[in-house]
Amino acid sequence: MVSDGAAVPKAIMVNDLHKSFGTLEVLKGVSLVAEKGDVVAIIGGSGSGKSTMLRCINFLETPSSGEISITGEVIEMKPDGSPHNQKQIEKMRSRVAMVFQSFNLWSHRTILENMIEVPVHVLKVPKAEAIAKARELLARVGLADKEDSYPAFLSGGQQQRAAIARALAVDPEVMLFDEPTSALDPELVGEVLGVIRDLAAEGRTMILVTHEMKFAREVANKIVYLYEGRIEEHGTPAEIFGAPKSERLKQFLQSVT
Amino acid sequence: METVIDALGLTDSFQLLSLSPPGWGMNLLRGLANSVKIAVGAYLLGLVIGLFGAYGKLNGGPITRDLLAIYTTVVRAVPELVLILILYFVGTDLINKASSALGYGRVEISGVAAGIGVLGVVQGAYATEILRGAIKAIPVGQIEAARAFGMPAMMMMRRVTIPAMLSFAIPGLANLWLIATKDTALLAVVGFSELTLETRQAASSTRAYMTFFLAAGGLYLIMTLISTFAFSRIEKWARRGERPMSGDAK
Ligand SMILES: Nc1ncnc2c1ncn2[C@@H]1O[C@H](COP(=O)(O)OP(=O)(O)OP(=O)(O)O)[C@@H](O)[C@H]1O
Ligand SMILES: [Mg+2]
Repeated sequence: MVSDGAAVPKAIMVNDLHKSFGTLEVLKGVSLVAEKGDVVAIIGGSGSGKSTMLRCINFLETPSSGEISITGEVIEMKPDGSPHNQKQIEKMRSRVAMVFQSFNLWSHRTILENMIEVPVHVLKVPKAEAIAKARELLARVGLADKEDSYPAFLSGGQQQRAAIARALAVDPEVMLFDEPTSALDPELVGEVLGVIRDLAAEGRTMILVTHEMKFAREVANKIVYLYEGRIEEHGTPAEIFGAPKSERLKQFLQSVT
Repeated sequence: METVIDALGLTDSFQLLSLSPPGWGMNLLRGLANSVKIAVGAYLLGLVIGLFGAYGKLNGGPITRDLLAIYTTVVRAVPELVLILILYFVGTDLINKASSALGYGRVEISGVAAGIGVLGVVQGAYATEILRGAIKAIPVGQIEAARAFGMPAMMMMRRVTIPAMLSFAIPGLANLWLIATKDTALLAVVGFSELTLETRQAASSTRAYMTFFLAAGGLYLIMTLISTFAFSRIEKWARRGERPMSGDAK
């Protein structure tokens, strides 16, 4: 999407990432590049390591080895993969917003309070400014009338839209989505996908783990297929869905459609 | 009313409880004030110990965890009266030894400070367990979201962990407060003039045991009723984000 790649740093670069839980090696050397404006969909079977890969990108899981850089800034790791500099990690995390399968809104705060929590307290944005922006975002995701509600009083679809708005409130350079619609009743999936589709259209850089193949094909410009901790195949949606090369990917696509 | 009091022969009792000098009411109230002071102090100290204890138990290294396990087990196993005697005498002794080693000579330890210290250590053990359970009950996703948005550890404790665990901790903490108010009575054994000791003195000076102990019982009861009311308000606030369970009245 961006023509002169030399001048603009890659939004995300993951190089030869390994991750083990004890003796179980979950990621066996995965790499990924996302340019600014890319929408990368990670697909693959259950247990293939999709969530782990996503969570390693913002160090919610500590990588075992490899290299990760966000907007050109390499995250320093100790030889064992643990963060070298907790402050750097925290700063990076405030630029990389995550949307979770189970929404994870803070239950003791209203929707508006959820939205301004990070801008005001972590990013030190003046409160009035944060509130104004939060209201704008809530209106965008269709929740203008819910700002004083507590999360538990909203439907799953509304909670997830609020969680996306909360992520947008930090003005993220990259957004990470881990199966944002898997916990939703089927009739609520559409409203959340609609919001994500709009974000893709406005050029947000996003990495999206999803089981919704049709949706991945529609919004992503890069698809990564993970199989047992390795990237089995990657390419454009047309290549992956239209002309899959690997036998495993063919089988996987058959099993999910 | 007055005739009832007369008929029951309670006129004398009321005179004994009068707040002005021939009556002993003021002494009881002074004792009550001391009890409340100690209870509040010990409770707050216990909460601070409990918070660190809970964090230590959940995130500490093996040595920290072992030490905390010993602390909570011992405190909860030994009868409180015995514990208070041990902590009081050992505590004051240690402080005096330390101060004379530093060349300051004996220090006079105020009864209130000693009471708060001793009961606070006892409260801390129970608070550790209550808060540990409450922190564990927080849905992990809420902590994870705070981490994922770059919250530093201290801010996370202040803005996410503590408020989120409150709804789980309040019932236990309310109980602990009531125990704190009643445990102050145990300090009578080390000569601290809280409500129970004041009551005993008034009673033995006047031989009106019944009158004074019933009055003291009434004061403890009033304190409990006020506390229960206050805690139910706090609990309601702490649970503001929860949907009332269907089937609940109101
Ligand atoms: N914290 C952990 N400790 C131990 N093993 C883990 C942990 N997290 C994940 N795993 C294991 O790592 C493997 C990959 O898990 P991961 O959650 O990344 O899979 P996934 O591709 O996201 O699957 P799904 O589609 O079911 O969400 C699984 O075998 C899982 O059991
Ligand atoms: Mg997953």
